[in-house]
Amino acid sequence: MVRTLLGALGLAALWLLMSGLWDKPLILIFGVISIILTMWIAKRMDDADGEHLDITLKPIGTLKYILWLLVEIAKSNIAVSKLILSGQEPEKQKLFMVPVSCKSEIGQVMFANSITLTPGTITVETENDQFIVHALDFSDDDMDALADMDARVSAVETKGVA
Amino acid sequence: MKDLGLIADILGWAFIVSGSVFMLIGAIGALRFPDFWTRLHAVSVTDTGGVLLLTAGMVMQSPDWLIAVKLVFIGVFLFITGPTASHAVANAALVSGLMPKGEVMPGTTGKEAKAMGATSEEKSF
Repeated sequence: MVRTLLGALGLAALWLLMSGLWDKPLILIFGVISIILTMWIAKRMDDADGEHLDITLKPIGTLKYILWLLVEIAKSNIAVSKLILSGQEPEKQKLFMVPVSCKSEIGQVMFANSITLTPGTITVETENDQFIVHALDFSDDDMDALADMDARVSAVETKGVA
Repeated sequence: MKDLGLIADILGWAFIVSGSVFMLIGAIGALRFPDFWTRLHAVSVTDTGGVLLLTAGMVMQSPDWLIAVKLVFIGVFLFITGPTASHAVANAALVSGLMPKGEVMPGTTGKEAKAMGATSEEKSF
């Protein structure tokens, strides 16, 4: 019930932000009807498969992590740009395994996407306890940097050891 | 208030110009690098630095806050879908057996990954 109410409120907020209309009654009524229709369909789909995504992350910790990640993205953007403009061939590319300590599905998704978001590294394959990562300019520091990122993601999970 | 608008204007232009520079660098890298894997990294510069700076710049240039909110939504969606798409492309390359020219750690080749039952097709969501 709480879920339905929150969903409806979220949809209403999204509708208002996207349209920017709040003084035309007819359009507002259409908006309300579309929200009710969406919630009804969502209810029917929930009856059909009952799948839920539980977000097991600390909200403030996650925000801090995203800020930290933006700084990392900026740093590696500059590093990769330097390599592109230097005119050298990238000779130190490498495909390697990275151990993963975060347990929850959403934590693993966050870690894998963070690796791909930082230019210079791409997550190629995900298994339960390790990722296959390709690096453009591999150095031994990279393993430490990735382990540090992994530890940070694990720290914002609410169910650290599930 | 007028000063604030001027600062936002200058910052917005600075973001848009630097974002465009990253876009250009990514394009140069995509043309210059020798093989698929390295090109993928060059493109990720446009994907992150370019897109984030450009949307941030456009938010500061936007005439009213409703448009700014829409731009933030676009930025957030690109922030999530960009790496997912890059991962899908890289994964397809690995599974179909395209290997990078550089060093490859044992156990990470496409065939072995397939043997471990870890290919993308076999995963069910």
